[in-house]
Amino acid sequence: MNEYVVLSSILFTIGCVGVLTRRNAIVVFMCVELMLNACNLAFVAFARQHGNLDGQIAAFFVMVVAAAEVVIGLAIIMTIFRTRRSASVDDASLLKY
Amino acid sequence: MAFWILAPLMVVAALGLLFVRKAVHAALLLAVVMISLAVLYAVLEAPFLFAVQIIVYTGAILMLFLFVLMLIGVDASDSVVETIRGQRAMAAVAGLVLGSVLVIGLAQISLGTVVGLDEANNGGNIEALANVLFSRYVFAFEATSALLITAAIGAMVLAHRERLEPKEGQAALAARRFQDYATSGKHPGPLPAPGVYARHNAVDTPALLPDGTASEASVSRVLAARGTVRSAPAMVDDITEVQRQLGVDAASTPETSGKAGATAHTEEEAR
Repeated sequence: MNEYVVLSSILFTIGCVGVLTRRNAIVVFMCVELMLNACNLAFVAFARQHGNLDGQIAAFFVMVVAAAEVVIGLAIIMTIFRTRRSASVDDASLLKY
Repeated sequence: MAFWILAPLMVVAALGLLFVRKAVHAALLLAVVMISLAVLYAVLEAPFLFAVQIIVYTGAILMLFLFVLMLIGVDASDSVVETIRGQRAMAAVAGLVLGSVLVIGLAQISLGTVVGLDEANNGGNIEALANVLFSRYVFAFEATSALLITAAIGAMVLAHRERLEPKEGQAALAARRFQDYATSGKHPGPLPAPGVYARHNAVDTPALLPDGTASEASVSRVLAARGTVRSAPAMVDDITEVQRQLGVDAASTPETSGKAGATAHTEEEAR
């Protein structure tokens, strides 16, 4: 069971580094999704470890929140792209102008 | 067993997410990670989450990502310029520290024996999940519905664009077209279709005007810029090839060869 949690932490770390290094807002979003998925894997693994379903419920809620977050995030990226013609996070460093 | 096959695959795909330049490739690598995760959920006795992972994540969320990628432009690749000096190196160090802390910390502890979900899944995983979800987590569930409605309305508000000027009608468009014709002599009608009177009706074959010259307006500017517009001499080769296959002597059909010759001639002139 330990190996699942180790895999989950490796994926979380990779997602973290991706958020820090990538410049394209959509790829940054994908890395956030990777981190959420890594957490889900840990939840499901611990649910099996402890023999109750609370972990799976938590993973389910994470998925729902991730779906809502992606919808809003991508809409924001689209709005920024429409005014700036760019999806790079550097170009949106000044939110006002 | 499935774990030891999928885990290296997932780590490689996730690492690829850090290094690929094109966002579409990143989306495909993320799909690999998510489908592998779904299989791991099935291994971990979570058949409901297995289905939800494939339907919601791989089916809906990744498609949404690809949708936005297509809207923004597939060719939009990541810039390699560092805006903060040493950011990449610092991020790599931070990631290494975080990863090693997590992995070493997990190696120090022992999680004990696995209880397994046989008892909890008694009567079916979905029924058991529903029992927990609609009893202990019912308020969280209701809050989730509020969140989803808020997200849907927010997406609609963000995607909505106010129309600043009235929509141009057909009459106004026609008036503008003839205004252009009066001032600059721009042809008011549609452009000629490719392949008209030519030997071939493909989009890359320019139409022939009544005087035998090729009409540049009939082929797409993109094809012309790429240099893939078929020239008439190439068509002449096709014609002689077809005539050779049919066993028809070119000299015995003066009409056809004459046309082909005229086409080739005008194309050479155009060059």
